[in-house]
Amino acid sequence: MKDGRVYSLLFAGVGGQGALLAAEVTALAAMRSGSDVKQTEVHGVSQRGGSVETHLRFGRQVWSPIVTPGQADVVIGLEKLEALRFAPFAHPTQGVILANDYEVVPGSVVDAAEHYPHHAFDFLRQKGYRLLVLPASAMARELGDGRMANIVLTGALSTLLPISHEIWLDTLQSRIPEKVRQANLRAFAAGRERAAAPQAFDAESVSAPTARRMQL
Amino acid sequence: MKRELLLGNQAIARGAWEAGVTFAAGYPGTPSTEILETLVHYPEVHARWSANEKVAFEEGMGAAIGGLRVLVTMKHVGLNVAADPFMVFPYAGTNGGFVVVSADDPGMHSSQNEQDNRYLARMAKVPVLEPSDAQECKDFVRLGLEVSEQFQVPLMLRTTTRLAHHKGLVHLAERTEMPRRDFVADARRLSVPIYRRQLRPKVEERLTRLRSFAETTPVNRVEPGDPAIGVVTSGISYAYVKEVMPEASVLRLGLTHPLPAQLLREFCASHRLIYVVEEGEPFIEEFIRSLGISNLEGKDRFGVIGEYSPGRLAASLGLASPPPEFAQEINVLPRPPMFCVGCGHRTVFAALRQLKVTVSGDIGCYTMGALPPYEASHTTFCMGASIGTAIGLERAGQERVVAVIGDSTFIHAGIPSLIDAVYNGSQLTLVILDNSTTGMTGGQPHPAAGKTLDGHPAPKLDLAALCRTIGIAHVETVDTWNRKAVGGALRAALAHPAPAVVIAQGPCQQLPEMKYSARVPFFVDEGLCTQCEACFKVWCPAIVRTDGGFPSIRPEECTSCTVCAQVCPTDAIYLFDAAQAAVS
Repeated sequence: MKDGRVYSLLFAGVGGQGALLAAEVTALAAMRSGSDVKQTEVHGVSQRGGSVETHLRFGRQVWSPIVTPGQADVVIGLEKLEALRFAPFAHPTQGVILANDYEVVPGSVVDAAEHYPHHAFDFLRQKGYRLLVLPASAMARELGDGRMANIVLTGALSTLLPISHEIWLDTLQSRIPEKVRQANLRAFAAGRERAAAPQAFDAESVSAPTARRMQL
Repeated sequence: MKRELLLGNQAIARGAWEAGVTFAAGYPGTPSTEILETLVHYPEVHARWSANEKVAFEEGMGAAIGGLRVLVTMKHVGLNVAADPFMVFPYAGTNGGFVVVSADDPGMHSSQNEQDNRYLARMAKVPVLEPSDAQECKDFVRLGLEVSEQFQVPLMLRTTTRLAHHKGLVHLAERTEMPRRDFVADARRLSVPIYRRQLRPKVEERLTRLRSFAETTPVNRVEPGDPAIGVVTSGISYAYVKEVMPEASVLRLGLTHPLPAQLLREFCASHRLIYVVEEGEPFIEEFIRSLGISNLEGKDRFGVIGEYSPGRLAASLGLASPPPEFAQEINVLPRPPMFCVGCGHRTVFAALRQLKVTVSGDIGCYTMGALPPYEASHTTFCMGASIGTAIGLERAGQERVVAVIGDSTFIHAGIPSLIDAVYNGSQLTLVILDNSTTGMTGGQPHPAAGKTLDGHPAPKLDLAALCRTIGIAHVETVDTWNRKAVGGALRAALAHPAPAVVIAQGPCQQLPEMKYSARVPFFVDEGLCTQCEACFKVWCPAIVRTDGGFPSIRPEECTSCTVCAQVCPTDAIYLFDAAQAAVS
């Protein structure tokens, strides 16, 4: 990273969705591009089907692994309710909420299905957040396995960060097990392509794709 | 020099390997578990899961006296279990370097209490090192072993959750082989009063020498800055201080017991105001105040409860406004953890709920049996407490008391209590949830799992035979996924006029052999389904509702545990294969 600034990302999802892997791939890519990197998440009982959050920060020198609410450049939500829950971590004007249009109703909450906030994305737009929403699970399913939604989102994330495409691909090559590597590379490409399209961001949130990259 | 992105815990393991450790022991516990799971991959190190932390500590103690460099790991409450040897070992002193990792969990991410183990170290008169990042996690293991050998004292490496579970870049080095130091039979190691009284002054003399060491060790360092505000800090909090107050003068304490009085006096005198920023209890703060220094703020400003973060620090200093709250405007539903798809604990708690019994629970995933929809566990305290608590509840007049404990926890601390239940004539029913692993910490083997940490086959403790040997006449083992069998066994055990044991057996779904086994998912036949809701009441996360109100089973998540099919009154749930065959 040439500039001195530190990038702060927060990955949120439901235990088992692979938020950790998405964060790890991004951390390794940042490291390969010469950044100092810190990452944190909590293990143990918190992972049993509950919400999971992984903080990732990279740049010239990173002190804290924890992202401060209101300061994240990107909040990556692997699920709608989790994107909503962790949205306050995003910088209110400069931050981006990159979210999977996918709902997992909390299984252990009584009557959760009736109260699920289906309109969460509209709500966040009204709050002034910049949203980039992809049907990552559906896209991954079309590519053979819905569980690759995390990598679809990583592909979309790659368009927002100052890390070269080549480094992303090298990182995926070395990190993803051979058996599922090709499928995951396709998932990454699909997410990257979708996010790079001019209409990817909500029209009212951001005017042009060129406006977003280095604003981060 | 090679750099790698390592978890704090992985860095500790790497540090142990590089510093020539050859023996490592512990018991799984968040946030310490990954240390031994990493260390076991180095062939030069013998790493093991012991039956509990006391056993691990004592094995380590023996190995260190025998001349090896030793690492012992546990979570904060694990050291309570090992407190007995921990308090006594410093009298005798070590031979080879001995470092015990105490992983504290401020914020209780995965624990039953907050506990600052620096107080235990002070009580034991043991030095404490607190790293501030992943690199220091590695470096401080070597330093700790060297200090341990220099002063012949066991040493505590204290981590906290965020330090243990954060990743950072770490410079790697090669291993230093350490020759085994000679074992000398020595009266120091005999716990008889005549020797102990001779050793007692030596413990104090050693502490005095360690105090001098604390004044000069480079891990206690001043980073000069703004002369108005000085910050005294340790551990991961140092990183938050650098983030939030980059201009401040900092005294970073890497060795927090014993503390350097002179260094602290000088630092505090040269700044108008001192902030003490430490996660946990006011351990450093109280020491500074005991020196008569009063120009400081600590816990009164930053708080004693929970985990620190840069956001919290900034807010405490009035540098940040609180983040937006949406809860008033939109339903941000909670998503608490729950039993996994196909978890064998479900049937047990469903049956216990139905039986309306008093249940004393224990430490493991099954603490979640206390939460809705089961609400079938009424106490949880600490490892192994379910049985003793049940015995006491029974004496206090509760009828039909059931203790519920996992297999690993039973071996860890349940066996003596069960012996007591027999000896003192209890009538409790004990359910052992036997999932062949230590589940909550991510699946570590134990003495009844049939293999060791390094994956080698091991003699498998027969839990049913053990219970019979203790004197339990009524022991029944059931398939945990068989609802009727589980319910029947519980009723039979409750009817038995003496202590009885039900072993609900079925492997944890997170074990690789379960997770990656080929399974045929179950399927809901909407033609037969009457929407009676019975299957929803299994509370399986794989069962979701369709727009038409029918249950639907997510095929990629279903473990084919059969429980939903067992509760369906119209046999509308069957194997997907059969459904496919019917279609074609």
